[in-house]
Amino acid sequence: MKKLMLTTAALALTTGFAMADTVRLGTEGAYPPYNFINDKGEVDGFERELGDELCKRASLTCEWVTNDWDSIIPNLVSGNYDVIIAGMSITDERDEVIDFTQNYTLPDPSAYLAASAGVDVKTGVIAAQTGTIQASFVAESGATLVEYATPEETVAAVRNGEADAVLADRAFLAPIADDDAALELLEQMELIGGGVGLGLRESDAELKATLDGAIQSMKDDGSLNALIDKWEIGVTF
Amino acid sequence: MFSFCSDPAALDGVNWLSCYLTTTKHMQLYYAVATVLLLLAITAPAALAFGFGGAMAARSHLLPIRWFGKSYISVVRGVPDIAFFLFFVIALDQGFEWMRHQVLCPDWDQPIRQGNDFVVCQAAKLPLGSAPQWVHETYGFFLAVLTFAIVFGAFAANVLFGAMRAVPRAQMETAEAYGMTRRQSFWRILVPQMWVYALPGLSNLWMVLIKATPLLFLLGVEDIVYWARELGGTVNPRFTEYPHGDWRMWYFLGLLVFYLGFTRVSEVFLEKLMIKLSHGQATTGGEAQRKAAA
Repeated sequence: MKKLMLTTAALALTTGFAMADTVRLGTEGAYPPYNFINDKGEVDGFERELGDELCKRASLTCEWVTNDWDSIIPNLVSGNYDVIIAGMSITDERDEVIDFTQNYTLPDPSAYLAASAGVDVKTGVIAAQTGTIQASFVAESGATLVEYATPEETVAAVRNGEADAVLADRAFLAPIADDDAALELLEQMELIGGGVGLGLRESDAELKATLDGAIQSMKDDGSLNALIDKWEIGVTF
Repeated sequence: MFSFCSDPAALDGVNWLSCYLTTTKHMQLYYAVATVLLLLAITAPAALAFGFGGAMAARSHLLPIRWFGKSYISVVRGVPDIAFFLFFVIALDQGFEWMRHQVLCPDWDQPIRQGNDFVVCQAAKLPLGSAPQWVHETYGFFLAVLTFAIVFGAFAANVLFGAMRAVPRAQMETAEAYGMTRRQSFWRILVPQMWVYALPGLSNLWMVLIKATPLLFLLGVEDIVYWARELGGTVNPRFTEYPHGDWRMWYFLGLLVFYLGFTRVSEVFLEKLMIKLSHGQATTGGEAQRKAAA
């Protein structure tokens, strides 16, 4: 604990002026358990707790903002918020445009949710959310890709038969499969992406270092693992 | 909201529904209805003002002003709305911040464009990074009004431009014969008479504007369609006290009723306005009124 406080203090000193201002955290709010809007209309979920804890450890004042997934990167680089915390996997394509902190979840296998177990994911019609790693994976796999703007619509497409299966993070699909007897997860999983990280502007090196340190301290004392378990995100560190 | 709402799982029927419909999340839907109405109330006159300015510019005797008016009308009408709403707004916001940056931080030595990033000094941020959330929302709303006004202003300018030309030439000649200046005949003869020609086109625009409000979410303003989709979507018992299946159909049905009702009210109002404007005009509508009275 002492060491932790020292590192945080050291971080606080090195990143002096960034402390004064509010850090705005941008999320989608439509991807439980990562992030969603709760009954009170507030951002909730794994990333809400994670973000609040990271801000506390880095002694930043943070503010939550929701933004459409499609325009989440353009709005970051133009400065409407400072951090993307929206279950965004670290990929090379995204890394060319923005910067990522170290990952705060391990690469979690993506799962297929289908109406029946007999779906052939190599030739069938697979739904995925636009601009996700799963969408680009399906596009290259040879299956027919149908894209939707929100995660909710990808699942609805399977329910009404427009798509044979939906490919998404297992943590998102598992509670849906539990709740709905008509839908099931396929045995087959795909390991794509490099884990989920916070997205930042490439010019924001100091904020990146601060948040990297905070994530590291949560990894070190096991509190990140506790959060991952609580929200059933997947494998722990 | 109600005292019996503390344990939603134990409720059923009307009690459950009354609790469900009064969650804070639903309150935000009702609040969004007010936002949309407020946006329309501000945007409609603003777009009309842009349209009037555009039409006047397009009729100007000075060539550069005429060019400006005509290119405003044709360029904005030609660009797809969605492209306009996605890129123009970000550019507009960056334009404001760039200007503030030039004024407020003259001794800033780093480039503003760093690769993909747009970096201005903290003091030039609009709104300031430390400003409370409602300031950000109001600013987003203001950008939305401005963008809607520019887009719909271009269409309105085209309608008004046509309406100004539709006023019978004889009316203007009479004005000139009475010795009115160009300015006087414009304001006293042309403008009062052109509305009757402009109204059918403008009422069309108003209808389109009502339906265009879901574009608000592209600008970060949470509108009724966003909330209908968000509230109607399947919610898992793990993440809510009010789990339900895919209810988007019911929410969208509600929206349908709202929009249809709204357009119907608008139609009735516009019809009344048309009758009022036709009064004493040398149009078929005005002629019919004269005969009916006689």
